[in-house]
Amino acid sequence: MPELIAKSALEGRSLSVGTVRLAEVDVGPITSVALLPGGAKAVAKGLKSLGLAMPEPNSFAEKKGARIVWTGREQAFLMSADCPVLEGAAVTDQSDGWAMLGLSGAAAVDVLARLVPLDLRLAVCPVGTALRSQLNHMNVVILRTGDHAFEILVFRSMAQTAWHEIEAAAQMLAARAGMKL
Amino acid sequence: MRLTCPLCGERDRREFYYYGAEDFLHRPGEGAPLSDWDNYLHLRDNPAGVTKDLWYHEAGCAQWLLVTRNTVTHEITGVELVAERAK
Repeated sequence: MPELIAKSALEGRSLSVGTVRLAEVDVGPITSVALLPGGAKAVAKGLKSLGLAMPEPNSFAEKKGARIVWTGREQAFLMSADCPVLEGAAVTDQSDGWAMLGLSGAAAVDVLARLVPLDLRLAVCPVGTALRSQLNHMNVVILRTGDHAFEILVFRSMAQTAWHEIEAAAQMLAARAGMKL
Repeated sequence: MRLTCPLCGERDRREFYYYGAEDFLHRPGEGAPLSDWDNYLHLRDNPAGVTKDLWYHEAGCAQWLLVTRNTVTHEITGVELVAERAK
């Protein structure tokens, strides 16, 4: 078999607007882990080899570079690590289906406030939060990775649109900040 | 209008899809008389007061929710997961 070249959705592009930086993030493999009825114990055992566990709703956890993200009832995405054998779960490779956008900077939260119907201020959305919602009309998973940093998981087919929407919102915000009112 | 999803927390109306009355959860058993099927498919109450209906959290956890609300006061008194409801 010839070795095929994997290309990311946005080819690793990055951008700075005002105090905000937007960049594609390479998260490596993504595996969906959906518990089968009665499978919780076996999955917990399998994930232990990575030092991880099924996350609580609206949260994610990291250990030695591997990350597990809550994505629904009894379902999670395992990222940046090869999935161990998990008895008791339906395991599917999602790697090529998603794009991850990193948004950071002091005004990142204000940019998302224009696009997402959630309160993402640090007080109510601490580091370690993972929320499923919409960015305009695109379904996304939003991870709070730092005090001023987010990572946004979006369908690969919508990566360009999501990028455009975030860029436009950041530019409008920067323009407003630059005006002397 | 906001619904408090048992998994995701308080969310905006735009994240949800409305399906219909709770009656859809009570499918008649095998061999049930025609009148039961008629009732299940077509007959709906239209209460001025407390009602229960099904909502889908399509922009969130993708779970079906059983919402108890009041059509007169617009008060929402309960939101539970259909998957984990007491039968």
